[in-house]
Amino acid sequence: MVAYIIRRLLILPIIIFGVTILIFGMMSFLDPGQRASLYVAAIPRGAGELDEIIEKYGLDDPIYMQYFRWLNGVLHGDLGFSRTGHAPVLGTIKRYVPASFELALWAAVPLVWIGIQLGVISALNHNKAIDQILRVFAIVGWSFPTFVFGLLVLMIFYAKLQWFPAGRLSDWANQVVLSAEFTRYTGMNTLDSLLNLRLDIFWDAMRHLILPIITLSYVQWALILRVTRSSMLEVLRADYVTTARSKGLAERVVIDKHAKPNALIPVATVGGLVMIWMMSGVVITETVFNYRGLGWWVATSAGQLDVISVLGFSLFYAILVVFGNLVVDVLYAYLDPRVRLE
Amino acid sequence: MTTFEDAESTIAQDTEGGAGNFVRNLALSVRHPPKVIVRMLKNPVSLTGIILVLAFVGIAILAPVLAPPERPAEPYRIPRDGYLAEPKPPSAEHPFGTTEGQYDIYYGVIWGTRTAFRVGVLITVATIIIGLLVGTMSGYFGGWVDEGLMRVVDIFMGFPFLLAAITLAAVLGSSPRFDRITTGMIALIVFGWTTYARLLRGDIQSVKERDYVMAARTLGASHQRIMMRHVIPNSIFPTLVVASMDIGSYVLNFAALSFLGLGAEPGYADWGQLISFARNWMPSLFDYWYIIVYPGIAILLFVLGWNLIGDAFRDILDPKLAKSRR
Repeated sequence: MVAYIIRRLLILPIIIFGVTILIFGMMSFLDPGQRASLYVAAIPRGAGELDEIIEKYGLDDPIYMQYFRWLNGVLHGDLGFSRTGHAPVLGTIKRYVPASFELALWAAVPLVWIGIQLGVISALNHNKAIDQILRVFAIVGWSFPTFVFGLLVLMIFYAKLQWFPAGRLSDWANQVVLSAEFTRYTGMNTLDSLLNLRLDIFWDAMRHLILPIITLSYVQWALILRVTRSSMLEVLRADYVTTARSKGLAERVVIDKHAKPNALIPVATVGGLVMIWMMSGVVITETVFNYRGLGWWVATSAGQLDVISVLGFSLFYAILVVFGNLVVDVLYAYLDPRVRLE
Repeated sequence: MTTFEDAESTIAQDTEGGAGNFVRNLALSVRHPPKVIVRMLKNPVSLTGIILVLAFVGIAILAPVLAPPERPAEPYRIPRDGYLAEPKPPSAEHPFGTTEGQYDIYYGVIWGTRTAFRVGVLITVATIIIGLLVGTMSGYFGGWVDEGLMRVVDIFMGFPFLLAAITLAAVLGSSPRFDRITTGMIALIVFGWTTYARLLRGDIQSVKERDYVMAARTLGASHQRIMMRHVIPNSIFPTLVVASMDIGSYVLNFAALSFLGLGAEPGYADWGQLISFARNWMPSLFDYWYIIVYPGIAILLFVLGWNLIGDAFRDILDPKLAKSRR
């Protein structure tokens, strides 16, 4: 186990180095004028002024010198200046993290938990009608483009029925949240409103979250369902399950105590990956619902070709993913002794 | 199932010698694919998938008949009926209505089928070829080649697929070198091949130590010959079949790029691009349902068709589940 973790930790710097090369490689497609955003807030219009900046920050230097200068900046938390965020990239990321984290946390519950339940039901009724129905239901979700499903949901529940609004908070609630008597502990509206004992704000925030949560869950259920189902089917044929049954244990006990814990090991990995994936701010979902988090910001930046913002976020996120994967792998090795021995 | 075995034994009894062996081998080699296909046709789920995909093939072929282009030189430009901003509901002249800027939705949906096939097939073929090259080299040579290539795969996988594609499309789009469709496709190809490389590497590793590969090596066969004649045919076909069904998910992701304004340009016959017009009409979306519903159904059914087939294939080819189906 320790050797496994050490091996993973040794590879880590190589991967992170590769990630920075890849990001910088993409950056070198930009012309020096665009790359000036790495160092200055507003790119000057006059040709002479721009040349001065290119000269000052060495944007015409050999590529490896530029790389190390850029890397040095990144190590000091300098990811450049975001045109769409009107602030440094890192500051803008910090501003939008709570919103995306809040959405990911809330969506994870129905997505993973219900996904697992559906997978277990599917496996226990292998090849029966309910198995087929659940799988088709999940595949349809998997085939739904997120933006089409999101827009349809918006069309019905927002434009027609007006049950659930778009955005993150209603105007009145936003004013309360920004006022002096409301303390923003975490930046997550649902949590902060509870800490401030404002149930009305909590309810308003939840109403804004429900449609994105439904959308995120439905388009991803298939993944969890498939992994759970396939893993459960495999476990149900294992010798120890047969043994448990032949001992005369109740079917419930066999499934809950013997089959499920082992079947859920691979699901833990996939669940972890889904969580990491969701933290990317689920670009499309946030854009469709005008939910101002990381994903919304990235989509806006990409649409306005504010490439420095997009690249800065990608770098930030890739490093998050690399560490996230490490945690998931170590967790997997911890849960499944077979992996450790390989 | 019995018919094939019967046929096989009859062939074996009736014919002897070289020609008989050939026929027998032929019968053996075709035995597996038909079994799979027969099972796919019997299962209502995969049958639905096959019908859906065939229907879209039909629409793509018949596009010039179903929606004759006004300017045959550039059929992918959606014809416009004026320049009015507000979308118009379905009418006799425009069966699916028009978007903002009066682009005909029906025309866009029909010709968008061709765009979907072109984009999906090109990306799938390109990603599989890259994955095949990297995966076979990695799996066959092993050692530091394997270590190096797999770290490259790890680095590319550090980026979530869609986010990476958005990033690259924005980078390439900021100083245009290609047209926008090509930009979107490149973005998806550059970050799409990694899964195949990893899967194929595993496949290759599992067969390269087999006796027949050893035998070929002992006989002095070249790397290329061993790879092409022994390793690849015996290891990767199931993976390739499953991978080819990813056409649907690439079309899905390309539509997402178009929706964000990073794929096809406005007015190009592309489903995602048509729906992106809906973004400007959010509060009154219910009145303009046709902008979302018609192209949306087209994408959903197209992707669903491929996914249903792919799901059935995966199930059939999953060795872990093979026993339970008897």
